[in-house]
This record gives sequence, structure tokens and C-alpha cells, in this order.
Amino acid sequence: MSVQAFDAPDGGANRGRVAVVDSQSGADREPESLAPDPVHAKVTEDGMPRWHYLNAANTIQSWLFTVDHKRIAMLYLISISVMFLLGGAAAGMIRAELTSPKGQVLSSEAYNKMFSSHGIIMVFFFLVPSIPATIGNFLIPIMIGARDLAFPRLNLVSWYLYMIGGTMTLSAILFGGVETGWTFYTPYSSVYANSNVALAIGGIFIAGFSSIATGLNFIVTIHKMRAPGMTWFRLPLFIWAMYATSVIIILGTPVVAITLLLVVAERTLGIGFFSPELGGDPVLFQHMFWFYSHPAVYIMMLPSLGVINELIAANTKKRIFGYSFVAFSSIAIAVFGFLVWGHHMFATSQSMYSSMVFSVISFLVAVPSAIKVFNWLATMYKGSVEFSATMYYALSFIGLFVIGGLTGLYLAALAVDIHLTATYFVVAHFHYIMVGGALTGYMGALHFWWPKMTGRLYPEGPAKMSAIILFVGFNLTFFPQFIAGYLGMPRRYHFYAPEYQVWHVLSSAGASVLAIGLIIPAIYFIWSLKNGKVAGPNPWGAVGLEWNIQSPPVTHNFDTVPVVTWEAYEYQQRDQDEAVLDRDSMPGAPSNREGASV
Amino acid sequence: MGEQSSAFGSTPWLPVAASTYAEDVDKLFWALTALTVLFTVLVFSVGIGLATYYRRGNKVDRSRPVGHNTLLEVGWSLPPLLLGLGVFFWSAKVYTQVYTVPKNAKEVFVIGKQWMWHLQHTNGIRENNELHIPVGEPVKIVMISQDVIHAFYVPAFRLQRMTQPGQYTTFWFTPTKTGKFHLYCNMYCGTQHSEMGGWVYVQSRGDYRKWVASAVQPVATGGYPDKIGGLTAGQRGAALYEKYQCASCHSSEAVQRGRGPSLVGLFGKTRQLANGKKVVADDGYLRNVLYYPQDYPLAGWQQGMPSYKGSLSEEDVLQINAYVKTLSAAKPAPGSPQQRGNGVLPEQNNGGVSDREGARAANTDNQQWRYMYGGER
Repeated sequence: MSVQAFDAPDGGANRGRVAVVDSQSGADREPESLAPDPVHAKVTEDGMPRWHYLNAANTIQSWLFTVDHKRIAMLYLISISVMFLLGGAAAGMIRAELTSPKGQVLSSEAYNKMFSSHGIIMVFFFLVPSIPATIGNFLIPIMIGARDLAFPRLNLVSWYLYMIGGTMTLSAILFGGVETGWTFYTPYSSVYANSNVALAIGGIFIAGFSSIATGLNFIVTIHKMRAPGMTWFRLPLFIWAMYATSVIIILGTPVVAITLLLVVAERTLGIGFFSPELGGDPVLFQHMFWFYSHPAVYIMMLPSLGVINELIAANTKKRIFGYSFVAFSSIAIAVFGFLVWGHHMFATSQSMYSSMVFSVISFLVAVPSAIKVFNWLATMYKGSVEFSATMYYALSFIGLFVIGGLTGLYLAALAVDIHLTATYFVVAHFHYIMVGGALTGYMGALHFWWPKMTGRLYPEGPAKMSAIILFVGFNLTFFPQFIAGYLGMPRRYHFYAPEYQVWHVLSSAGASVLAIGLIIPAIYFIWSLKNGKVAGPNPWGAVGLEWNIQSPPVTHNFDTVPVVTWEAYEYQQRDQDEAVLDRDSMPGAPSNREGASV
Repeated sequence: MGEQSSAFGSTPWLPVAASTYAEDVDKLFWALTALTVLFTVLVFSVGIGLATYYRRGNKVDRSRPVGHNTLLEVGWSLPPLLLGLGVFFWSAKVYTQVYTVPKNAKEVFVIGKQWMWHLQHTNGIRENNELHIPVGEPVKIVMISQDVIHAFYVPAFRLQRMTQPGQYTTFWFTPTKTGKFHLYCNMYCGTQHSEMGGWVYVQSRGDYRKWVASAVQPVATGGYPDKIGGLTAGQRGAALYEKYQCASCHSSEAVQRGRGPSLVGLFGKTRQLANGKKVVADDGYLRNVLYYPQDYPLAGWQQGMPSYKGSLSEEDVLQINAYVKTLSAAKPAPGSPQQRGNGVLPEQNNGGVSDREGARAANTDNQQWRYMYGGER
């Protein structure tokens, strides 16, 4: 019956990639899932599958109480998009305010609340959950051949925790505000700040458990739920990256949760941990905070690095060069990432020798990142490179990641850091990593898997255009900040010396270009939901389990449990020759490549 | 406002380098920039080159693609590793300078508080948000914060250090150029963070001497008119020593009397504590003993010293420290108790509070903005 999802994409001319084990009828595993009715056609007139996870049930409850990882991914997608919008609005206010050295409309207090809101929302409620909770949630089970995550209910709980935490922090921001910066440095946050610090921290604390639940779920899923034959070294590199990310999440997040709790205890109960007046040590906070928050950079970055592997492989129709080096570089980054937190504190009372140790390890952590870049470049050698929108995003990511990474070396270098730390140089550096890296990767991932998630294609032309606009706008926004930082422009300054104005104005101009590069995709993504061409199972001609099932997938993903007999990224020579993507000539119905699957 | 633009030198992207350290940092900075440009150009051109050459539809040889090559992969990991380690050693070498304070460095005590800098020279001159120093002479900054963490940052010197509550931090520099340079607080410290700053004036020796002479009287410059001269920090400390009756336990002469040890020669000595630990009697030790004496039970002495946490401000402590240091000198110190009769404390502890009120953030056109940043919009 039903969809023979696992025929080889070329209709069997390839060797038998897929064997089939008897299905335990996934259809009745979950109450809300409906098997396609064999009486009716399996596709609607426009070619969309008649039944899929999105229309399996239509009530509000079926969304709010779903345990389907794909629906939870969509819930996350909507929530983090709202958060991104709010964080982006705060960024817009900041950039507008800084066009004049005397400020424009905000008071200093309001300005401080604005940059704090931007940081808190973007870091804790957008970047950390972005790829794991949406793309990861959606794809991890499918990529490894499972029907859901190991703990579907925990997955739903994690979304509720995120929503509760997000609501708490947002209400702290909206009703009174927070002006500590996202770093919550003590004793400012624990004793001196007059704002809703405790409520904001409470929200972050709860959202942290959402991350932990997600990370735990991913680890167990990747260990225990891989399909038969899906060995570790057959996993897509995105899975390796998500695994490394999950390890960081469950090791690091509890530390920041405890740290923030201690801040609240000092603030509300007067128990001294960080304030010297109460017998505490303010630098202790920085140690504990950065013990999480430096690895957190890799929580935000590794998923994007994983995504880029998928984009490069699919757009070159080649196996990623040096698969195992790339896989282990993710693990190496996760391990080394935990040993460099002290490089945020070179200008504190931290001893010279501690600083030197943290500095040298910071240089070492650059090596696995460099390996990834070199291997991506080598993958293109003898590949069949498709200049699609997703490739634009991948190339743009590599460029920005290289600049972001190399400027990190300036800050790892002790002597230079003493000049540049806490200036706009740092702001520029981490935005190259967080926006140029993590956000570009996220945008690339959304484009790449949008057809899988919604069954519809976005228009390729505007997508390419917006990728270019994003790249140009991004560089215009943040490159001037490197220069301002080298000239000594301190970060978190509402007022500043007129010498820096030219760089701020350039940066603000760039920010508006950047915003356009983000608004266009928002428009065509929403447009495509109704009007996009039907994607079919495999619009990119990519390999990987997710491209062997219908788009959007059915609730239980696979009618039959796949048995994997092929390696990751096993593109054949002929995949290169007949790479698809000539989508204008494609019929609205699923393209010829999956003719066998209907 | 010609003088302020001096902060940038003649070219807008090259900041003035005005300390010995700054020159070393700049060399390293530009070396790193060369590496960055090299690698970026390399990656961009190889990436775009390969992508274009192997673009779909371009008829090129794609036979026998390479899946992996361990030798190559190890090989190209090495240059980044070695270059990284090279940069590390270079930067660590420069960095050790910050910790190697020359013996003859002139000390300046700095207290950071929301939202101003309070500075004291050992010769007694106090300044707010300004630092006057002579060119070519090493200066050691000893800092502490009265509230939250601040950071003392002079971009022209390429140096900053956090100013922490509860602990002294120090660094030093030798200014190499005369001029007027930005002083910033570079650790976010609350509402008026961006107004916590002022200027460092590096003066020729002649100008500096003139300034010292004029600073004996209260003077009003562009900044806070709070320079009060007359007494050295040590003399003020001596007056406090008298006021708080320290001498009833701690003799200020080389003879032992009273319940506590004499403080003559104390500074810099290693002290044996009753709990077996040894500590060096530096600035931090002197401060902590005044604030938390119970944590420093001295071996061989009955611990009976009360805490002065509530009564002595950080500023007072720095002055007492300055006085105790003079007791270490072999010759009779200038601020010795014989001179302390006239030790009236002029406006002790007003700390410029009223000035701070004056600097309340009127959003535009406020006095502090004009002072710190000067230029017209």
C-alpha cells in the first residue's frame, strides 16, 4: 500500500539502496496520524500529497497537545520568529539611536534597556533554540530513520517551558525593562540594578530547562533510534553537529541556570555570592557565566556548521570531503569549547598565567573550525556546483565565518585583547559569528528544508536576491564596527565621541539593508505556503532519508522502517550529470525523479 | 575642537599610539590583520574559483573525485596551528609587560564609582575624570571600585583594566606622546555609563610642573572643579591615622608599643598568619586588614582589631596605605606624625557628589557630554 518511499531515487537503476522491513503499521502508533485512504487519490489536483502531518488533524488542540516532532518544530518556528522580530526591532532602535553621538530620542536608561532586551531575546530566545528546536526537531528523526524523537512528550514539554520562560522574560522587558545587558554582570545585576532582573532571569532559567530537555532528547534519539544499518559514520554531518550541540547543552546549561539562580538569591535574599559587600567575589560570576556562555556560542554555531555540510553536499552533488575529520571536528569544538571561558576575562583580576592558558587553548579551538572550512572548499573540487539560493547562503556563510573566526584570534591574543575587549571590535566579531554564521546558517537551513516542511517551493529568484542583500547589508552593518572598535569605541555606549559617528552611520545604513534582506524571505515564505510550486519529495536531487519521503511527510514519517545500506552523501556520478533544480521545466506534480514513488 | 581630533591622528582609521605598549600592540594588530586578509582572500578566491570552475553544466573533468586524503587534511591543519601558536607567544610576550611594573613608576590611585573617576596623585593632588601625567615617565595605576565593576580604558595607550569592587587591580604604562586622550569607562556600569569618563593629559615636564603648582589651589577646568591640593596622600593618611587613633595599638615608630605590631617597615614584608598562610603586605593586604581584620590573624598576636569597613571609605584606605608606605622608608617620612598637627582634612570625602548631581542625564546638551566628547553634532 501507500507510498513506496524507499525506492532509490533513480528508479532502481542504482544499486538497491533500500531494503524494507515489515512495517509495524506506524499509522496506529499515534492517534492523530491518519494513513492515506487507499480509496482516494494520494495526491490532490495540484500535486500535493493528500495526507501529511500538517493536515492530519486541524483542531487547535491537535497542535497544542501534539507529540509529533514536526508539529512541535513548527510551533517553535513560529515562536522563535516572533522573538526574532522583537529582538530585531530592538536592534533597529539601537541603530537609529546611534546615528547621532548625542542620541536621538531615547534616554540613556531606555537605551540601556533596549540593548539589554536585544541581547537577552536574541541569545536566549532566538539563537540558542533556533536551529536545534526547529530544523533539528523536524529533521533528526527523519534523517536517522525514526518515527519520532525518543521522548515525544518531553519534546512538547520543552516547547511549553520555552513559552513560559519567554513570556516571563518578555513581561519583564515590556513592563519596566531590564538594563543589565544580556551578560548580567555582578554586582551590578545582583545589587545595583533597579529593574526586573529577577523576573527576566527566572524566564531564562525556565527556558534553560527547555534547552536541556531538547538536548537530552536528541542525544537519546541519536543513540537509540537510528534505523537498521544507519551506523554512526553513515549519519549526515548535520546529525553529528546536533549531537555535539546537545552534549554542550546538557553540560553547560545547568551551570548558567545555577549561576543565574545565585544572582537572584543575592538580589532578593541578600545571600552573598558575588558582591564583595556581602562577602562575595564579582569575578566568580564571570567564571561561572562564561563557563556556559562561551560553549553557548558553539551551541549557536555548531548547528549552522552542520547545516552548511548538507547545503554544500546537495549543491555539489558530492560527499563531503574528509567526512570523519569534519565529524570529529564538531566533537573537538564541543570539548575545547569548554576550556576557553577565561578568555572573556583577560582584563579582570584573573592571573597572568591563567590568562595565558586560556589564550593558548583559544588558539587551538580555531583549528577544527579551519578544518571545516578547508574541507568544504575541497568538497567543491570535481563537484557539480549548483548556484542555487541555498548555495548562495552556504558560500556567504563560509565567507562570514572565516572573517568572524579570524577576528576571534585578535581577541584570543592577550596583548591585543587588552585594547579591544569590550569595544565595538568585540561587537563586530560576535555578530559575524552569531549573525553572519548562525543566522546565515539558519536562513540556509530554512530555505533548504522549507519544501520538506511545507511541501511548497519558494521562488528561487527573490531568494537569491535576498541572500545577496543579506550578505551586503550584513557586511555594511558590522564591518565598520571593527574599525570603530580598533579606534577605541566602547560598546554599550549611548553617547559617544563625534569621531566615531561616520562608522555608526555606515553601520545603521547597513542595518536597514540587512533588514530588507530578512523581510523579503519572510514575505515569500508566507506567500509560498499557498502559492508556491509543489515541491515533490526531492526538489534538490539530494540524497538522505528525508528526501526519500513525501513532502510534507506523514505524521509517522516512514510507512516502513528503512534499512540503510548506503553511506552518507552517496552521490553517484550520474547525480552530478542530471542534477535537478531546473525547476521551471518541472511539472507541478512530483518530478520524474520520484515517479516510482507514487 | 582641534584638540579632540588628536585622538585619531591624521588618518581617520589609525588611532594615536601614545604609550610604549601601544606600539607593540599595533605591530601585533597589523600582523594579525595581514594574516586575516591573506586567509580571507585565499578562502574567497579558492571557494569562488572552485565553485565557478565546477559549476553545473560546465564540461570539465570530474572523473575520479577524491573522498578524503588524510595526509592532506593533517597537512592543512598544521599552518593554522603553527601560526596560531606563533601569534600566541608573541602576544603573551607583549602581555607580560602589563604585569612587569618598573620600580620607579609614579603611583596614581583611582577610585571608580557610578559614574565618575576619582583620581589621587601621591603628591596630594586629586582629580575627577582627568589625569595629568608627565610624558616619558612610567605611571602605575592602582584601582578599586566603590560599587560595581568599571574599566579604566585609554584607547591611545591600547590599555584597559577592570576596576573591581573589593579588590585592587593595577596596570602601568609609559606615555610617549603629549596630548589629550580619551578616558573611558569600558565596563557597563548603569544608566550614565557612557558619560563616565574624561581625559588623560600627557604633558611635557615643564607643563606638568606648572600644572602641579597651579593645582595646589582649587582650579576649574573643563571638568569637575575638584582639584584640592595642599596635602600629599601620605599626609592625609597620617591625619586619618591620628583621627582613628591607630597609634594606640600600632606604633608609627620603629619601637614596639601597644597591642598590635608597629607598622614601620611593614609594606612589602611577608606576614605569617596564624592559620599557617603567608601573605605579602601589599596594597590589597593593607586594605583587607582594615576591612576584614578577622580574616588575617597574625601569628603571635591576639586578634583584637575591629573592622573599619563602615567608617573608612576606599579613598581613606588608599590614603592610609600611602601613609603606611612612608613608614617603610628609612628616612623620616614627610607625612610623619610630627607634621600632622595641621592635618585638617579639607572637604574630606565630598567625593564630587554634588558634581555628580550636576551631571544628571539631560539627554541632549548636558555638561558631561560636552566635556567628554566636545564636538558639535
